[in-house]
Amino acid sequence: MDDRIDLHKITVHLAGNPNVGKSTLFNALTGMHQHTGNWPGKTVGTAVGEVRRGNTVYTLVDLPGTYSLEGRSTEEQVAARCLEEEKADCVLVVCDASCLERSLGLALQVLQRYDKVVVCVNLVDEARRRGVEIDAKRLAFHLGTPVVLTAAGRGEGLDALLTQLRRTALGPEKQSLPTWKDPVAAAESITADSVIRQQDPLEAFRLKIDKLLVSRRFGLGLMALLLLAIVWLTVWGANYPSMLLERFFEWGYTVLSGWFGTAPWWLRGVLLDGLYATCTRVIAVMLPPMAIFFPLFTFLEDVGYLPRMAFLMDPCMARCGGCGKQALTLCMGLGCNAVGVMGCRIIDSPRERLAAILTNTMVPCNGRFPTLILLGSLFFPEAGAALVVAACVALGAVGAMAASGVLSKTFLRSAPSAFVMEMPPFRRPRLGKILVRSVLDRTLFVAGRAITVAAPAGVVLWILANTGVLTALSNILDPVGILLGMNGCILLAFIFSLPANELLIPVLLMALTGVGSLAAAESVSSTAVLGSAMNRQMAVCCMVFTLFHWPCSTTLMTIYRETGSMKKTAAAFALPTAFGCILCMLIRLACYWI
Amino acid sequence: MVVMCGLDALRPGCGGVVLHIQGNGGLVNRLKDFGLVPGTRVRCLYTGPGGKVRAIACRGSVIALRTGDIREIQVRCDG
Repeated sequence: MDDRIDLHKITVHLAGNPNVGKSTLFNALTGMHQHTGNWPGKTVGTAVGEVRRGNTVYTLVDLPGTYSLEGRSTEEQVAARCLEEEKADCVLVVCDASCLERSLGLALQVLQRYDKVVVCVNLVDEARRRGVEIDAKRLAFHLGTPVVLTAAGRGEGLDALLTQLRRTALGPEKQSLPTWKDPVAAAESITADSVIRQQDPLEAFRLKIDKLLVSRRFGLGLMALLLLAIVWLTVWGANYPSMLLERFFEWGYTVLSGWFGTAPWWLRGVLLDGLYATCTRVIAVMLPPMAIFFPLFTFLEDVGYLPRMAFLMDPCMARCGGCGKQALTLCMGLGCNAVGVMGCRIIDSPRERLAAILTNTMVPCNGRFPTLILLGSLFFPEAGAALVVAACVALGAVGAMAASGVLSKTFLRSAPSAFVMEMPPFRRPRLGKILVRSVLDRTLFVAGRAITVAAPAGVVLWILANTGVLTALSNILDPVGILLGMNGCILLAFIFSLPANELLIPVLLMALTGVGSLAAAESVSSTAVLGSAMNRQMAVCCMVFTLFHWPCSTTLMTIYRETGSMKKTAAAFALPTAFGCILCMLIRLACYWI
Repeated sequence: MVVMCGLDALRPGCGGVVLHIQGNGGLVNRLKDFGLVPGTRVRCLYTGPGGKVRAIACRGSVIALRTGDIREIQVRCDG
């Protein structure tokens, strides 16, 4: 370990426009797995990773994409502040080879302010296919700083990049920083001199596809169809693996209960009926839908469909006082509302952003899908679970838009702000990578949730169930639950699933089957228990309340962090809850009259 | 034929050069980030549903802008 003495430590900030492949480059360099996608604004926070080559340790900081150092939206401010306050040994400006001219705008700004800068022109493979060739030497001459060409997705040019970073970081300081009087004109002339552009053979074709995707008739239909297809595949595909997992865990239960033969009943109860049963149920219910939904969604992300969707949705969102970017955050909310709330950073106007944050939880996240699937398939077998779930997603989205519409006309009134969004070109998705990554990531994620949330919750629940507290609480809540078209048990399950929405079904089962619960529940299937304890109206109310109730604790904490205000967090809690309560009462009334 | 019009009136497939930009600071600054300043060549690629949003090609990238936001951008349209 003597070589430690000569170890060089270099911190590098990765700056660049959104969607130029910064995160892909970061992942390729560090071997980490930051989420990437083909749309501007995928990365809204910073990520730190390390890589070691020879005797140099590089600490890389992946900043959110930014078009300038002025920080016009929150995610841009994060980037600008990080550059300013945490002095790095070297700034790496990542540019997109296909639209170098625009990328250079930021590069020139950075060059004017920071001493040690390396410019990386990324995505050269894609640019080459589009007939664009970059002359790195000329570019370096004009910028007065080293330029490295890379294709991060394929690992091209990474070694040269690291070598250059080291050389620049450890090299001498510049005598003076360059200045450009008119950066836009400078970018234009530099590009004209260092880019060789030929006719893109596929340009007309690309344009045709784009036009088709955003056309009123075809585009909107395709969007609805895609949503339905994803939900249908998720529901249909998750069914069988879920059953298999459930069987496997049942087998595990019998094996484990054999081991617990002589243990005291309460220990067996806490560990087996509480901890094990809740954990495994969460995994069996959660993992298959997630493992199917995420690859499909990631595929759409990688191809570059999401910006087209935002483009399509913008007129509709504008009527609700929002902008097309809110459609993107709602989409992210489908995966996880906490991520969706973070994603709202891409919205420029503070008021629109707040409206988007407050209403994001109205689209069902993956943690709530299983509840919807289970109840939907149980009580509406003729309609098909997929249609019911798709209807729920649509209802959630409509609810979110309606709520932000009301907000923007009452509490969050502001002059409509401008909408500016980049439309990136379509990119070929890396199918194998999508599949492996999203399945692996999701498996880890679900396993983590099961251990950190479901396990302790299972223990607490078992104790509560066996001391009669659960029944007592459910009796207390009964009047309120019945008013909302459900009952005390269901409402209690909602309250207990505050830490994580995926707990709802396990808690509900434990509350429904009462004391000693899961031993009994194990012999009867979960669907049978739910089917006998609920009627259709209760199921509908339960599904509506699943869509519209308080956010889970993780999302609440994210909202608090994003808004920095207790009051706004409380509003995020109260708004969907009030919405859900009113809807549920209306449904109950309607059923009563019919 | 050379015609002056607002960027919002540029039909899909038509191009032109930006003459001058008025409007609120936020939008003007944002557009500057994309390199859309007086003198820039722009082209309208396609419009969204109802013609309320349009895709404008500018300096090698494509930007989505609302038709209502870009009335104040004067363009010399040249086909």
